[in-house]
Amino acid sequence: MQTQQSEGSAGRQKMSPARKRKMAFYGLLGILAMAFILPLASYTVHFLGSEAYAQGAGPATNPRSNYWRAVEGGVAGYTTGQGPEAGVLIGPGGVEWQQLREGVIAKYLPWAIVGVFSILALYHLIHGRNKLDERPAGKKIKRWGWFDRLVHWMTAISFIALAITGLSMLIGKTLLIPLFGKAGFALWAQASIIIHNVLGPVFTVGILLMIVMWIRHNFLNATDLKWFKEGGGLFSKTHPSAGRMNGGEKVWFWLVTFIGLGVCFTGVLMLAPIWGYGIPQWLGFLPWVEGSRFDMQEANIIHAVLSLGWTAAALGHIYIGTAGTEGAFEGMSTGYVSTEWAKQHHDQWYEESVANGKVIEPVESAAKAAATKVSTAN
Amino acid sequence: MARMKFLCDAERCIECNGCVTACKNEHEVPWGVNRRRVVTLGDGAPGEKSISVACMHCTDAPCQAVCPTDCFYTTDDGIVLHDKGACIGCGYCFYACPFGAPQYPQQTAFGARGKMDKCTFCAGGPEDDLSDAEYESYGRNRIAEGKLPLCAEMCATRALIAGDGDEIADIYRERILRRGGRPQTWGWETAYTEG
Repeated sequence: MQTQQSEGSAGRQKMSPARKRKMAFYGLLGILAMAFILPLASYTVHFLGSEAYAQGAGPATNPRSNYWRAVEGGVAGYTTGQGPEAGVLIGPGGVEWQQLREGVIAKYLPWAIVGVFSILALYHLIHGRNKLDERPAGKKIKRWGWFDRLVHWMTAISFIALAITGLSMLIGKTLLIPLFGKAGFALWAQASIIIHNVLGPVFTVGILLMIVMWIRHNFLNATDLKWFKEGGGLFSKTHPSAGRMNGGEKVWFWLVTFIGLGVCFTGVLMLAPIWGYGIPQWLGFLPWVEGSRFDMQEANIIHAVLSLGWTAAALGHIYIGTAGTEGAFEGMSTGYVSTEWAKQHHDQWYEESVANGKVIEPVESAAKAAATKVSTAN
Repeated sequence: MARMKFLCDAERCIECNGCVTACKNEHEVPWGVNRRRVVTLGDGAPGEKSISVACMHCTDAPCQAVCPTDCFYTTDDGIVLHDKGACIGCGYCFYACPFGAPQYPQQTAFGARGKMDKCTFCAGGPEDDLSDAEYESYGRNRIAEGKLPLCAEMCATRALIAGDGDEIADIYRERILRRGGRPQTWGWETAYTEG
């Protein structure tokens, strides 16, 4: 044993130069390898021990920063100041609302109205008026009662007033201030908001009445599907078959129903000076009653998007009901339509009316003669 | 030109509401409207912090951007003011403002919003400086008198400081150096994005 040890130590002392070089080479290689591998050790901690690390060492964020971050996120504190959300230091949502309103809604959506108007003008120039095939001979059918017409015109007139005043408040800053100056426009804007706020509830009543009164005429059926397939006869010479209301009128009814409910609900909500302020506790089950700026921002965005789309669509309804179709306007103005118009546009309804003996023969009364004159003049 | 800012030192504010009272008294602010309010976070718990907040006179003011009648304007001192004559009470500035500064007196029929009222940095409005009409609508114009906002002048602990942004930042920096800790220029990130 001892000799072996002394031999071994002697062997170390007398290391051959070749072995020295070999050891130096492998030593260097080892150091290099460690230099690459050791820094990677943190990754093993990161990948293998991340869960344990997170649980053990707590959140990796600064609690003091988190405190102020929460304040920027809209956390509320105690305050003696009165008013809704007085305790909120930095209210959330305002910036997003501002960007949506001043961006997409004010800059781009109003062009939809210009677009629809241009398409209608172009159609009218190329296609011209949708004329009656036969001249009206004086026979009439009653289409709308006095109450139907009252509700229609109440809603229609307030719609136009609301659209003009609403658009004034949305894009008047861009369009009207250069024309009237700031003081002049402020007068008009003040009038606009009063008109908008007063007519809004009138309009809401009109929409609700129309939905209740006319829903029975407006359920879609097989005839309407065929009517859609033929494009409503817009670009053809033939007239697709239709009942009392055609497919297009029914679609307009459902648009009015759904968009109308949305616009009226959000509108009434914005009428409240500060929603939720003084709202009785028992109404708490309703959505949007907690009363925050966020609710009002949401309501404002929904209101603006829906009503801009609605205004664009309404141009189509107005065009078809007036300049676009001969004999259509007298239906909603006098309440009576000519049998020729009924036969052409609502053939099934015409046949029903004939079968039920609803056709009114021309009489010699002054009022009827005047009505006939108007219809032939058209 | 100065760039006027407010800075509230949360380590110093003791929620005495002196600034609120001073403001209401100086400007005869309408009933129900507080141009300034003090909010206490974590009230009653250890480490509670109080902050006095009003209109921060933002650099790129959201109220100004959304106003349908464009009634806001920024003075050469960076103070955001508005013309009550052009205000229609639509409430949009109230939706947009991060700090809840715009408020409306509730005296009109059906609770409709009246003309918006907010902190003026004691700088009045568009009417002639120091006129009765200006005082009637906006309160006193201390800036025109060469004075700073009363809320800050009145603050007993000097928590609320008002004045040129650079100068008040220097005062605050000195405090941090003496007492240690990190600076917390509350609300500045939201209000003064571009200086």
